Amino acid sequence: MNRFEYARPATLAEAVAAGAVPGAAYLAGGTNLMDLMKGGVMHPGHLVDISRLPGLDRIEWLSDGGVRIGALVRNADLAHETKFARQFPAVAEALLSGASAQLRNAATVGGNLLQRTRCAYFYDTASACNKRNPGAGCDAVGGENRLHAILGWSEHCIATNPSDFCVPLTALDAVVELQGPAGRRAIPLETFHLLPGSTPERETMMQQGELITAVCLPAEAARFAGNARYLKIRERTSYAFAVVSAAAALRLDGETIVEARIALGGVALKPWRPRTAEAMLAGARPDPAVFNRAAETALAGAKASGDNAFKIELARRIVVRALALAAAGTPERVPALPASPFAGAITHA
Amino acid sequence: MPEIALSQAPAHIRMGSSIGQSLTRREGVLKTTGTARFAADNHPPGMVYAVLAVSSIARGRVTSLDVAAAKAHSGVIEVMTPANTPRLAQDPDAKLHPFMFRIEVLQNDTVRYVNQPIAVVVAETLEAATEGALLLAPAYETEPARTGLDSNDSFIPQAVGAGGPAEETHGDVDAGLAAASARIEAVYETPAQYHNAMEPHSVVAAWDGNTLSLDMPTQAMAMTQGRIAGLFGIAPEDIHIRSPFLGGGFGSKALGSGPQVLGIIAARLVGRPVKLVLRREQMFGPVGHRAPTRQTMRLGTDDQGALTALSHHVKTATSTFDDFIEPAANASHALYASPAIKTSHEAVRLDTGTPLFMRAPGEAPGSAALESAIDEMALACGMDPLAFRLKNYAEVEPMSGKPFSSKALRQCYEQGAERFGWAARPLAPRQMRDDAGMLVGWGMGTAVFPALMFQGHARAVLRQDGTGVVEIGAHDMGQGAWTALAQIAADALGLDPDQTEFRSGTSDLPDAGIAGGSAHTATAGAAIHDAGGDVIAKLADLATGDQRSPLFGANNAGVIARGGRLYRRDDEARSESYTDILTRAGHAEIEGRGTGASDPAALSAYAMYAHGAVFAEVKVDPDFGQVRVTRLVGAFAAGTVVNPRMVRSQYYGGMIWGVSFALHEHAVMDKRTGRPMNPNLAEYHVPVNADVPNIEAILVEERDVHVNALGIKGVGEIGITGTAGAIANAVWHATGVRVRRFPITLDQLIGA
Ligand SMILES: Cc1cc2nc3c(=O)[nH]c(=O)nc-3n(C[C@H](O)[C@H](O)[C@H](O)COP(=O)(O)OP(=O)(O)OC[C@H]3O[C@@H](n4cnc5c(N)ncnc54)[C@H](O)[C@@H]3O)c2cc1C
Ligand code: SF4
Repeated sequence: MNRFEYARPATLAEAVAAGAVPGAAYLAGGTNLMDLMKGGVMHPGHLVDISRLPGLDRIEWLSDGGVRIGALVRNADLAHETKFARQFPAVAEALLSGASAQLRNAATVGGNLLQRTRCAYFYDTASACNKRNPGAGCDAVGGENRLHAILGWSEHCIATNPSDFCVPLTALDAVVELQGPAGRRAIPLETFHLLPGSTPERETMMQQGELITAVCLPAEAARFAGNARYLKIRERTSYAFAVVSAAAALRLDGETIVEARIALGGVALKPWRPRTAEAMLAGARPDPAVFNRAAETALAGAKASGDNAFKIELARRIVVRALALAAAGTPERVPALPASPFAGAITHA
Repeated sequence: MPEIALSQAPAHIRMGSSIGQSLTRREGVLKTTGTARFAADNHPPGMVYAVLAVSSIARGRVTSLDVAAAKAHSGVIEVMTPANTPRLAQDPDAKLHPFMFRIEVLQNDTVRYVNQPIAVVVAETLEAATEGALLLAPAYETEPARTGLDSNDSFIPQAVGAGGPAEETHGDVDAGLAAASARIEAVYETPAQYHNAMEPHSVVAAWDGNTLSLDMPTQAMAMTQGRIAGLFGIAPEDIHIRSPFLGGGFGSKALGSGPQVLGIIAARLVGRPVKLVLRREQMFGPVGHRAPTRQTMRLGTDDQGALTALSHHVKTATSTFDDFIEPAANASHALYASPAIKTSHEAVRLDTGTPLFMRAPGEAPGSAALESAIDEMALACGMDPLAFRLKNYAEVEPMSGKPFSSKALRQCYEQGAERFGWAARPLAPRQMRDDAGMLVGWGMGTAVFPALMFQGHARAVLRQDGTGVVEIGAHDMGQGAWTALAQIAADALGLDPDQTEFRSGTSDLPDAGIAGGSAHTATAGAAIHDAGGDVIAKLADLATGDQRSPLFGANNAGVIARGGRLYRRDDEARSESYTDILTRAGHAEIEGRGTGASDPAALSAYAMYAHGAVFAEVKVDPDFGQVRVTRLVGAFAAGTVVNPRMVRSQYYGGMIWGVSFALHEHAVMDKRTGRPMNPNLAEYHVPVNADVPNIEAILVEERDVHVNALGIKGVGEIGITGTAGAIANAVWHATGVRVRRFPITLDQLIGA
């Protein structure tokens, strides 16, 4: 039976205590968790509503120039925060390319990080899914898997992480702050999500009861502000998850790339940061040949997990284009069609 | 019907008089303020909630259900399974006419498709019923599912669509192809598409002895009444259906679906009014879908670019237990002049729900293939696609040789092409880029849809106070029947619309026929016109036979009804008001009756179609293959335009559906299990606002004196035809890649 306890703790300490009970889940905007509960995919025995916890809905500018984004900040509010959007334009663009205006108004920063895969077999309780039911098997293998993973997958799970927000965050070295029964800790977002291996049910580094309190971007991340983009390929112009996406950020000194950041979305069970490709770009000139080589390197380990070989080529091309767009410079404002190839000129650096 | 709030709604905004005027929707205020009462908004006293449990397998049998667990849940009143479902008066698998489809209403434990109802839980609250349905934890005996067009033997169906022949031939196609100087052969595929009207199927059913009160959306009240009467062994007139508004029907709400019938059975079983509403995912099975097709087109032309042969063969699917064959090849019957045309269909039986009519059934997928093939043939001839179409313009219906009742297609081509700027189109593909570097392509398609009529009846009344009433059980699916039919009613009575009370949307009114086949305005409109003519004739008799009337001596044909007065046709200075005529004659009111149906003589003499031309511009990212339609211009000729605002909105809606058909919509089915894997509106993509371009619909003037007295053809479905093909052709023109599998997805274009 789908019985659960509902609690709305008043303080962070109470929330963490309530969340430490096995089978407890935090409820933030509910845009993912409610769907999963209604569909019988998740059955938390305790629902700990954190949506009104005080203090977690603030954007704090740190003295060193970094920013600390409270876990309950709404996706829309963050994207429309002028200073944030100016310093981290790729993050704002990614947020605005996700879901719909209504969903972004409800969705929180913490919930976005922890949103679960959109693999149809995960949602379909009549199908076998190792993530939903460890050891049951994976019906996506050999099934409808056009949009599944091309990197980091295992035979136990070929799903992808659907978040747009996490992609530029990963590129920019974001750090996740957690509060748990055992205290506080911080984990780089790049290592926060886990690849499936043989335990696809384990999705992040979090322990039971841990709560995301904030996501931090370091001051250095803002140094990319002039050359940072997010690009997202979709099967309709808006309101669709990424087939593949990429964040690219460059620090340029005249005609030389000082530092490059790349992350890919929709390709693996975590935002994918191809560090070797980034390293290749440092010191190089921002030209198409260089971007092509970086893209080749970024996708070198890619392998189709089903009917999705096209995504490898698509991912390669999106890396090239995202780098070219970043090199061309961040636009004055987030385009009306954020992160869309139809947002503006195709610039070849 | 006092419960239908529309009759108390504030008077609509009037911008002129009646037919031809762009009146705004009379129910617009109700809808925009959320006060229009749709079926599921009704809560009769004592009402309880029914929730379906549906099958997760495609084929086999239910071996167990945990009824005890469901019943033990608080609030659950009853669990209806094959073990306790009342037997019906008529076998739900009986097929007495072609519009009767087999339904699953818990008469046995067989499972024929995924999402088939296998139990109904009735409870005091929606939540309890939902939970009860989850507790049933069904077990199955499962047989392998047959899921694709190649997974079963095919057969030649007895009939396609609503009863047409599976194969039709005119001339010798093989000889035509053999003699051709250019030929193409191509195979096009279209996917399964599922009905997803905004309003899911619903019913609120209340029994009182053997009379049945129903709030349910239906596109065919009388037929639904008949179907339900048969199943329950009661008289049709003891069933009262209220269906003032539908949140879309598109063919799926014509016939009384299995789930709606289950709600009615449940109400009988528990002895209380019951509400049953489908969940979104439950739309993917028991309420019909558009079957997938694989279409083989073979065309040949002579050295002048004139067609010598056109062959259109369709392989499609139906269910294992019933027949609905998507009549896609028939799209090739009427458009292009060819001395030899052959259309044929074959089908396979799959473990799915039975396919059903879906907006432009047959025409939509058939037109997508035909218009793509015409484009390919034009290319093979080195001709501009519009010039090629004009070269092969059908002056008479190609297969029958009949003249058209009217056909302003040439004007559609001209006006559409002019507006779009077609003349500037380069012949070769991949020639145009926008400032941003996107590939730009222009394509076109011809639109065609038969001008059909069903049979409908209406009643018209003139009252001594100078007002009138028109009654007809018509259906407003959002298309604007409340408004357009009221305009026709006002004209039929020679009254101002504000003086004409228009009653509609319930089954106790005269049968308006089916709201389908783009035939509703023509059918119901003709019935209203006829009823108005009847009552006006009676009024004229009263006046012209009375020496005291200024109209004395004028025969019936000699008067005109306008603005609440009758005028002598030959001398408009002589007139008399309705009020004066009725007062003198001592009648409180007089009544007329009318029928709308096609005229068999005209039908046998003329071919009747609406036509159009659609021009599309797309942009395609050269690296990613992501496509966006940026411009659509459609020019349509469909006889009399009753209300330009409503007609335009039908064309827009149809063209947007065409965008969906070309680029988005498809059910993703797991080949192993037959399960739809995207049964929700997040993943079952239809266009969102950002996908809908600048659309223009041009209303091309056309007068048709043969289709019906008002000259009305249909506008509801034609917008899809032509559009999907135009977009596919534009994608080819942008990229040089011919995608023959719909929807056109980026994986088919990358590498282009
Ligand atoms: C139709 C649709 C389309 C969408 N399209 C996109 C898209 O294109 N791109 C995209 O990126 N996203 C998309 N989304 C996903 C959306 O971004 C997420 O649903 C949303 O970000 C989740 O945030 P929430 O606050 O509603 O989380 P909830 O649903 O409340 O929670 C999600 C999960 O996070 C946990 N959780 C939440 N907050 C915390 C916390 N502070 N600490 C610990 N655990 C926590 C919950 O327990 C739960 O497991 C879409 C969603 C829908 C429904
Ligand atoms: S891919 Fe992963 S999420 Fe999808 S069914 Fe397999 S195990 Fe489950």
